[in-house]
Amino acid sequence: MSEVRRRQPTKMVPAPSQGIIPERDLYSAPVLETRHLGIEFGGLKAVEDFNLIIGKTEIAGLIGPNGAGKTTVFNLLTKVYQPTMGTVLLNGRDTAGMNTVQANKLGIARTFQNIRLFGNMTVEDNVRIGLHNQVKYGMFTGIFRLPGYWKQEKAQHEKALELLSIFDMQDMAGYQAGSLPYGAQRRLEIVRALATNPSLLLLDEPAAGMNPHETEELMNNIIRIRDRFQIAIMLIEHDMNLVMGICEGICVLNYGRIIAKGTADEIQNNPVVIEAYLGKKKEG
Amino acid sequence: MKLKKSTVNALISYGIVIVAFIVCQYLIASKAMPRTLKGQMIPICVYIVMAVSLNLVVGISGELSLGHAGFMSIGAFTGAIASTWLLNALGLESALARLIISIVAGGVMAGVFGVLIGIPVLRLRGDYLAIVTLAFGEIIRNVVNCLYFSVDGMRLNISFNNPNLAGTIIVNGPAGTKGIKAISTFPVGFALIIFTLFVVLNLVNSRSGRAIMATRDNRIAAEAMGINVTKYKMMAFVTSAVLAGMAGALYGLNFSTFTAAKFKFDTSILVLVFVVLGGIGNIWGSIIAAALLTILPELLRAFADYRMLIYAIVLILVMLATNNPMLRSVFDRLLRVFRRRSPGAEMKGGAAQ
Repeated sequence: MSEVRRRQPTKMVPAPSQGIIPERDLYSAPVLETRHLGIEFGGLKAVEDFNLIIGKTEIAGLIGPNGAGKTTVFNLLTKVYQPTMGTVLLNGRDTAGMNTVQANKLGIARTFQNIRLFGNMTVEDNVRIGLHNQVKYGMFTGIFRLPGYWKQEKAQHEKALELLSIFDMQDMAGYQAGSLPYGAQRRLEIVRALATNPSLLLLDEPAAGMNPHETEELMNNIIRIRDRFQIAIMLIEHDMNLVMGICEGICVLNYGRIIAKGTADEIQNNPVVIEAYLGKKKEG
Repeated sequence: MKLKKSTVNALISYGIVIVAFIVCQYLIASKAMPRTLKGQMIPICVYIVMAVSLNLVVGISGELSLGHAGFMSIGAFTGAIASTWLLNALGLESALARLIISIVAGGVMAGVFGVLIGIPVLRLRGDYLAIVTLAFGEIIRNVVNCLYFSVDGMRLNISFNNPNLAGTIIVNGPAGTKGIKAISTFPVGFALIIFTLFVVLNLVNSRSGRAIMATRDNRIAAEAMGINVTKYKMMAFVTSAVLAGMAGALYGLNFSTFTAAKFKFDTSILVLVFVVLGGIGNIWGSIIAAALLTILPELLRAFADYRMLIYAIVLILVMLATNNPMLRSVFDRLLRVFRRRSPGAEMKGGAAQ
């Protein structure tokens, strides 16, 4: 069944090799490549034939109406769900059969649409959880406070403050994460994801609930993060100013299928996208 | 900065326990302490260690375990067998050395069973995990009830449901242990409390401890951050089992005879009551609750028949008081005087849904 479908891609979907990678990334291997990715929930095809390539330092956008399957795509990439069709290549490696933890170690980190911080822990400890796999001392070193403990705790503390300083949050390090204002919680989630040292950062509605001023700041920060860490960023967002402003490649999803891919200009003028998602401008 | 503060808090904790120990020792030495209370000193140590170790699972790792007495039972019987074997077979005369080796043996054995039980149990979550740990606690008690042990020279004989063993019987099935020398002492019990605090507080303030708390606060986010949830749930569960086994060995060696029936479901619940009353995730609360609620039934002995009734009323009153918003705010303000909004919120507000 799935074999048959694979050989009949719909007209609108370009072949996997036709990416929208920015020119500077053309000569390095793509960070992410999906081929005919799809998942079925008891017969319902939530995502189908999802082909996408993301360049090494690209900022990509994933947009579409509610229920189009955007977050499902993130869950497939991070292995929260196992795809029922197709493959995901992360840094050239097939992630088939991996779990969330292994995918993270391979270089994919994410934030969540409904914030999932460790609310009872401090801001700094949240970032330290992100640094977990870069600190290598075991349980006994921790309990008996061997020299490795002090050295690595200190390094971890400094690294955590350095990461928090991206968003000017180093002064909040001692606060309880759950007590932070909404915007700060979203920023903390991004810092925490960055701490895992990813090569691809997935942001699920990073600007949700932010005012225009905060969104503006977030846009600059996303670009700064990309430039500083040289990573690829893929984001789901409903704020078109943000998406059209910073995304180099945009992918539009509707009913689990890609209906358009291209630059901001191409997407804005694509009649299929206007019909399905963006809507027409009022005339007169 | 933060690191220093948590270390200072830990040092204060050790300091208070040491002062309490010195006061108790002084009262015992000056014969100011009533006999009944003196006999309770070792059980108090045991229950404090039990409560703190259960708090590691319930408060820090956020899983409800109802089989904690099972690990205590394993530790108690292992300790009793080890101490007798050390005396009879190896001729180790020093009671202190035997006690310490027995406590370590009890902890190791309970740890082994912690791993064996943890593998199937930690695949479950929430209520299902609670039910299965309860079942395992009962299974351990029923299996131990049928075990017979004897020492025959250097040999250790074991049988299931067959009391005819060569040599001196130490564990006699449902009749429990026999001819064990009661060698537990209060100073060793105190040392065990300090050791438990040392392990739990240091674990919580380390990389592993943070990972354990992360899995408690948000399992999905923890996995997305590359934390192996099962590994850290297991770490908390087994550490807790080891400490419970040590407490069990100390408890067992306080009596010349005890039976497996001592470690039934009621004991698990009793320890859970200490944890809940002291505040889930609050190590200090566990210590105070365990100490007070172990002494209380003894103090109420004068009321004879009404003793358990009063005990129950006290429990209910404490529950009501701790849930009263006005009392809570007063209590919070008092706490804040002692330590001004410590950033080490790790001990506060557990989540054991």
